[in-house]
Amino acid sequence: MAKSSLEPRGPIAVRRSFQLPVVDGFLWLVRIAAVVLLVVGAFNSLTSARLSGQQWRDLVVFGIAQGSIYALIALGYTMVYGILRFINFAHGEVFMIGAMTGYYVSDGLARTPLWEAQPFVSLFIVLVCCMAASALVALLLERVAYRPLRGLPRLLPFITAIGASFFLQYAVATLFGTSVKAYPAVDALSGAVTILGFRILKVHLLVIVAALLMMAGLYLYVERTKAGRAIRAVAEDPEIARLMGLSVDRTIARVFAVGGALAGAAGFLFGLVFQNVHFLSGFLPGIKAFTAAVLGGIGNIPGAVVGGLLLGSVESLGPSLVLVGLGIPSAHQLKDVVAFLALVMVLIFRPTGILGERVSEDRA
Amino acid sequence: MAEPTVAIEVPETAAGDLLPARQVDLWRAVRLGLVGGLTAVFVSANGMVEAFSERALLGQVTLGSLLLVAIPLLVGYLAGQPPPVLQGFATPRPGRRNVAGGLLAGLLNGVVMAVFVTLIATFDVRRVLINVTPALVREDPRLLTFGLDLGPGLVLILVLNTALGAVAGTLHLLRDRWRRAVFVVVLWVLAVAMLQPFVVQVLRGIQAELRLWTAPLADFLYEPSGALSLPGAVAVAAVALAVQVLLTREGRRPAPTRLSSLPDRSRRLLRLAALAGMLIVLGLLPQVLGPFLSEVLNIAGIFLLMALGLNIVVGVAGLLDLGYVAFFAVGAYVTALLTSPQSSLGVGWIFWAAVPFVVLAAAVSGLVVGTPVLRMRGDYLAIVTLGFGEIARLLFLSDWLKPTFGGAQGIIRVRDITVGPIQIADPQAFFYAIFCFVLLAVYVTYALQDSRIGRAWMAMREDEAVAEAMGVNIVTAKLSAFIAGAMLAGFGGALFATKIGSVFPHSFSVIVSITVLVVIIVGGMASVPGVVLAAFVLVGLPELLREFEEYRFLIYGVLLIFMMQRRPEGFIPSRRRAQELHEEELTQDTWLQDAAADGRSATS
Repeated sequence: MAKSSLEPRGPIAVRRSFQLPVVDGFLWLVRIAAVVLLVVGAFNSLTSARLSGQQWRDLVVFGIAQGSIYALIALGYTMVYGILRFINFAHGEVFMIGAMTGYYVSDGLARTPLWEAQPFVSLFIVLVCCMAASALVALLLERVAYRPLRGLPRLLPFITAIGASFFLQYAVATLFGTSVKAYPAVDALSGAVTILGFRILKVHLLVIVAALLMMAGLYLYVERTKAGRAIRAVAEDPEIARLMGLSVDRTIARVFAVGGALAGAAGFLFGLVFQNVHFLSGFLPGIKAFTAAVLGGIGNIPGAVVGGLLLGSVESLGPSLVLVGLGIPSAHQLKDVVAFLALVMVLIFRPTGILGERVSEDRA
Repeated sequence: MAEPTVAIEVPETAAGDLLPARQVDLWRAVRLGLVGGLTAVFVSANGMVEAFSERALLGQVTLGSLLLVAIPLLVGYLAGQPPPVLQGFATPRPGRRNVAGGLLAGLLNGVVMAVFVTLIATFDVRRVLINVTPALVREDPRLLTFGLDLGPGLVLILVLNTALGAVAGTLHLLRDRWRRAVFVVVLWVLAVAMLQPFVVQVLRGIQAELRLWTAPLADFLYEPSGALSLPGAVAVAAVALAVQVLLTREGRRPAPTRLSSLPDRSRRLLRLAALAGMLIVLGLLPQVLGPFLSEVLNIAGIFLLMALGLNIVVGVAGLLDLGYVAFFAVGAYVTALLTSPQSSLGVGWIFWAAVPFVVLAAAVSGLVVGTPVLRMRGDYLAIVTLGFGEIARLLFLSDWLKPTFGGAQGIIRVRDITVGPIQIADPQAFFYAIFCFVLLAVYVTYALQDSRIGRAWMAMREDEAVAEAMGVNIVTAKLSAFIAGAMLAGFGGALFATKIGSVFPHSFSVIVSITVLVVIIVGGMASVPGVVLAAFVLVGLPELLREFEEYRFLIYGVLLIFMMQRRPEGFIPSRRRAQELHEEELTQDTWLQDAAADGRSATS
């Protein structure tokens, strides 16, 4: 349908409203202040040479490793949003359940000789278990909580998702205890390798490679397979897809399963990097991954990857680069503040993300 | 799990020529039985049964065993429920199939449970499921097998579950009026048994304060163990049954109809009398309740204050705010900064001098949060406000702002509220302070709802674009909603700070926002009575019955999911909001109801 000149343009179809100069002026002020603070902070810390080049490179590598975990989670948000226009708030908990499964399976495996003899085989077994567990939980969630609400006002499934999120958190807390679970050490992953002058911990290397492989796999799945085509068709228009003989229910369930499996994998990788997990571990990575999905343009699969890597780097570099430069003490404490600020800023100023349009809201 | 509404072709038949009645679906019974069994396994494995068996209800029955018994009852009842009658179909006669449905569901429930019991009796799973303690099956008191050994216990589980399912299915054979009476009686007995600490304290308090001889009643109702005594239970049941039968007798007009038929003068008198009675009761309440229960009421009251504020933002104006706790924190911190002699300001003012600044700070923070999110709607708005809430908490916690806010150590020695020379320190006195603020909030809510801005909020909630086209200034409306909500939360925070006497950042996590959200969703968005009731039940009850504490957020999560699926308008809905949510179903529902009425008249 051709857009007539009367139709509102812009990301959210309310551009026509709120042209109030005061509000816009305020927002511009915030924008300018943010940029100024960013530039001043970065300039100060770069010129002060507090951190060596090596340390900066370490931060970048850590940011990318962390970012690839975010990207894996963000894929689940973005796929579900693309197809249902709905934020699966409980996705962070699906991720956490993956990490929990990873703990129990690897803890069990670490008692067998296989763990020492074949570390990568056992890691692979754990990974598959995590993906299966998270996919199962995501499927259940879709079937029990979301499917009955499909087509109703969008706040209903969203509030359900909040409820599901708390239910899952505290179900895990009451079933498995609230203690912090420490992952067993993997000897094969200790130490670092140097590639192109970057010193990369082996764990980080594994995480980055695994995440990239899975993202490539997902890309091929969505773009090249029949099931992937069905997913794209339903995302485009569920009604027409149904008329073309696709099972919308099954396609949506498949999206949840794939997103859940990726989140489960991310959970395991998270456990490998951070070595521990507990029942609230899903909340912050979930929110951050959502930010990543929006940053990359929600509904856009490559966007989620770009957004994840970007957000991981921002979170890793931000405190040292900007906050220290501004003279804020113990800036590392504020790394979550940086992530939330990124979230708020992205949602306020760039809800369409950096890659392309946000999926249109008018249809919902 | 709402059944998807299936368009059923109404066959063209001559009047009175009906298709055979749709019967109880046995597959549904199977599904329900399995779900019930899994639920029973879940509550056993997560320790709920064990934690709840601390509370004795009636004789040997504890809350824990009640939980195990209630699941097959509920499942059996649902499984035996006949499907809705559709036009063109005969009304099914209640009969064997209802009982069979309940029985089947109960049996499956029992089978799942029996499998679980066998498993945990054979294997030790405590390394993973930490709450599967030996007390469940292996050692006394053997909660899951009701004290029996494994073999007889399994038989008991199967027989009991099947029997309970069948009994619940049999309820469908009763006529509506009697079935409802059964529910009411069971609920009354349960409520009196559960609220034992409350009822006992009230009865003793009345005797101590008013010199009425009510304490013997408490001894009659309850045994020393805290359980309901048998004569007490029978008495409660009898009273409940009598009241229910009297209330539902034929030809009785409902109270609102009778009220509206009274002449104006008597109605006004009645209203005045009711108001006076309520004030007297509330005035005596803290004395009667004693310090502990007053404290419970105070906590519930602070949450109620917040819920009333969030009710304006979410319920009336339709802006889902998940960072609401930030305003609460602002109120608490401003109070602490201004009244504590040990804060960074160190001024140590009295509480009332801080109040204007609380209002101001809350309003400003409402503006700061509200302005950037003017363009957002729905879920994005929720996530951004969540972000603001977390940023606020992290900043209060950070070392960066520690010189001002005290970091993780918070601010201590917040001054009590003073009225003239009187210090309001103990919970009973504090009740009055909270009560005044709540009353103010209720008044403000009603006044705002019926005002021009209230109507603008509701229009905006229903459809922003249309509201704007009709001349509602969306910017003012949204910002004023945020500010009004922020102020009420600010008051809540101020009271919280003086009640606790100190302020720590960990009191302001996102869980508080979610609790308040659950309160308004369960109570009914935009419905003041609903919110009040829900605040007392959802916040007060877990404080009163401490065994709920650990499972509180689990239950909140389930409640949110359940409410959205079944009653998105809340338990005591505001009529307007309910209409909005059910607009599409409305036509269908009336069609179904008409069909049901037709069916009934056709068979009778």
